[in-house]
Amino acid sequence: MATIELRQVEKKFGELYAVKPMDLTIRDGEFVVLLGPSGCGKTTTLRMISGLETVSGGQILLNGHNVTWRHPSARDIAFVFQLYALYPHLTARENIAFPLQAQRESPATIEQRVNEVVKLLRIEHLLHQRPGKLSGGDQQRVALARALVRRPAAFLMDEPLGALDAEFREAMRAEIKRLHILQRATTVYVTHDQIEAMAMGDRIVVMSAAEVQQAGTPHDVYYDPSNLFVASFIGSPGMNLIKGRLADGVIRLPGPQNGYSGLPEWRESLYKVIGNDKDVIVGFRPEAAQITADGALAGEVYAADMHGAYTMFHVNLNETDIAPEIVHIRGDRQTDYPIGTPVRFDLNPEMVRFFNPETENAIRREAA
Amino acid sequence: MSNVELRGITKHFPSVTALRDVSFSIQDGEFFVLLGPTGAGKTTTLRIIAGLEKQSEGSVLFDGQPVDALTPADRDVAFVFQQYSLYPTMSVYDNLAFPLRSPLRRLAEPEIKRRVEATAEKLRISHLLTRKTARLSGGEMQRVSIGRAIVRDPRLFLMDEPLSNLDAKLREALRVELEHLQKTQGITMLFVTHDQIEALTMADRIAVLKEGRIIQVGTPGDIYDRPATTFVAQLVGTPRINLFEASREDGRLIVKGSDLHLPAPNASLPAALLLGIRPEDIKPDSAGQFSGRVTLTEPLGVETILHIQSGQQTLLSLVPGISPARIGDEVRFNIVQEKLHCFDVNQQRVGA
Repeated sequence: MATIELRQVEKKFGELYAVKPMDLTIRDGEFVVLLGPSGCGKTTTLRMISGLETVSGGQILLNGHNVTWRHPSARDIAFVFQLYALYPHLTARENIAFPLQAQRESPATIEQRVNEVVKLLRIEHLLHQRPGKLSGGDQQRVALARALVRRPAAFLMDEPLGALDAEFREAMRAEIKRLHILQRATTVYVTHDQIEAMAMGDRIVVMSAAEVQQAGTPHDVYYDPSNLFVASFIGSPGMNLIKGRLADGVIRLPGPQNGYSGLPEWRESLYKVIGNDKDVIVGFRPEAAQITADGALAGEVYAADMHGAYTMFHVNLNETDIAPEIVHIRGDRQTDYPIGTPVRFDLNPEMVRFFNPETENAIRREAA
Repeated sequence: MSNVELRGITKHFPSVTALRDVSFSIQDGEFFVLLGPTGAGKTTTLRIIAGLEKQSEGSVLFDGQPVDALTPADRDVAFVFQQYSLYPTMSVYDNLAFPLRSPLRRLAEPEIKRRVEATAEKLRISHLLTRKTARLSGGEMQRVSIGRAIVRDPRLFLMDEPLSNLDAKLREALRVELEHLQKTQGITMLFVTHDQIEALTMADRIAVLKEGRIIQVGTPGDIYDRPATTFVAQLVGTPRINLFEASREDGRLIVKGSDLHLPAPNASLPAALLLGIRPEDIKPDSAGQFSGRVTLTEPLGVETILHIQSGQQTLLSLVPGISPARIGDEVRFNIVQEKLHCFDVNQQRVGA
């Protein structure tokens, strides 16, 4: 078992923060994803947990013990890098057995543990092949087996699927999650891919500019993003974020007649945080809008994308297309509106969120 | 702008045959996408149309006239590259004027000015003309690169994976922009990609290429709803289509190793077949006909992928929102009968 605790952990290069002071507790058996664009500090955080990178301040605790200055090999944590770190001259079986041989385990133990992990990953049929003969997905399975065979207390994975084709990535994503559920080893997983993070994480730590933006369940970060960054980073496309002006109980939005008045439950909080005749950002997911003949909001179809199971409509709220104000609306396949068609739509008030344009933070609704 | 037709194009390289008898035509004003994995022959096709590569057999026709003897310059097609192909230290105006200032054209500056301004107007970048391209947003750069191609009014635009090195958010935004521009400007476009989402979302029609052969040509709807082979069925759609070995017995389809027995949609189906079911056509329903156990959930936000085990088979089901289903739950579900995809053992579509 392993709990990992970061207390005010930070990393500076000269005067520059790679990671600003950060607190995070990862429970035993939890799958935590560090998510963010490149340069956000997620890999540095992972490397500090592993001990490959020293901290500039703060403490790292493993099972309650301070390991901040302990050598990586003394932390009992397996680090899975991106694929293809297999030894090309060894067979799959030899690759998997390698860490145990290095630990001088007995041949009987090695045999037993290799067999166990091979069965778990369903790769019995590949054992005599060398890595060069294996597909990308199978190489990844062997690499995973080699990490698993050590039975580490925790896994740290840095974009392990980054090098794979889309088709393998989907399958391996499910495979890693399935293994995690079977083994319940504490896992910290770094990715820049929000779909991967949503699909895999028990909890997602969204990072940007060396700082944690939000730590929460997939449900939290999707439905209640803490700020504009999280709202637009999660989802494809991200949340629609439209600047409007709050005045007399209505938010005026771009476009000649557009106003949003589904505010009763928010009114008090909005006036408290924003105030009358002030700008506010209205956020809603593409599926929170619905095109309907008598919708309260209006725009013109700017482009329409067929995605197979659904169609995404991109609707311009402004009358001009020099500076289009596009909202994305998810619709069903049956409807088809050519570019330029005027459309009306409504928002599901349950799924509308508000943000303060100055702080960029979400405005929370006060409990009634 | 013009029609483009490929007739029986074959291309042999010393060690490999890159294209075999490739034929298709692109209509005036059409957004045509060549979709296929790496090595399928997409880029070779593009290069043959542009005249950068000579085919071994077959003919390329523009507006019904063979262009096989014409040089790349005389074919008058425009390659549109990614934004970094703009000259960063030049203004937008000079970037747009660049192709017109080519010694081959010998246009007078007033004529160049007229054309640049007309193009800028069309692309809504008139306000950017004095700006250096390094200071533009991604969407603006994309418009300028297209502008540089449009300004000389080519017959055809060729794009080779122009979005593939960009991050996901920018790619999404540019896709929308490109689609809007192509449609509103009536550009004839041949766009090459390995990304099925790009193909489905932007194309009027898609040609699926595999190992140098055309597998299917159709609208995105055709390709998605009536894939010609299992390869095409698996190429488009995320998550991937469920594909099972099945047999037809007494008017029913029986999925091997599972409890799934479905009415056979067509009496003429072969006895042994492959059955494809798109994840969105497996619909959990408390009164559903089938049952299974949830083995994994992948909440993506707008929808959740449920892995449902039935016998030894695992089905992927795509459900709206973040599903409350938990691993180990027994679920009942229905399968949309009208949307079954049947393939014979040679992986060719059969039946409706």
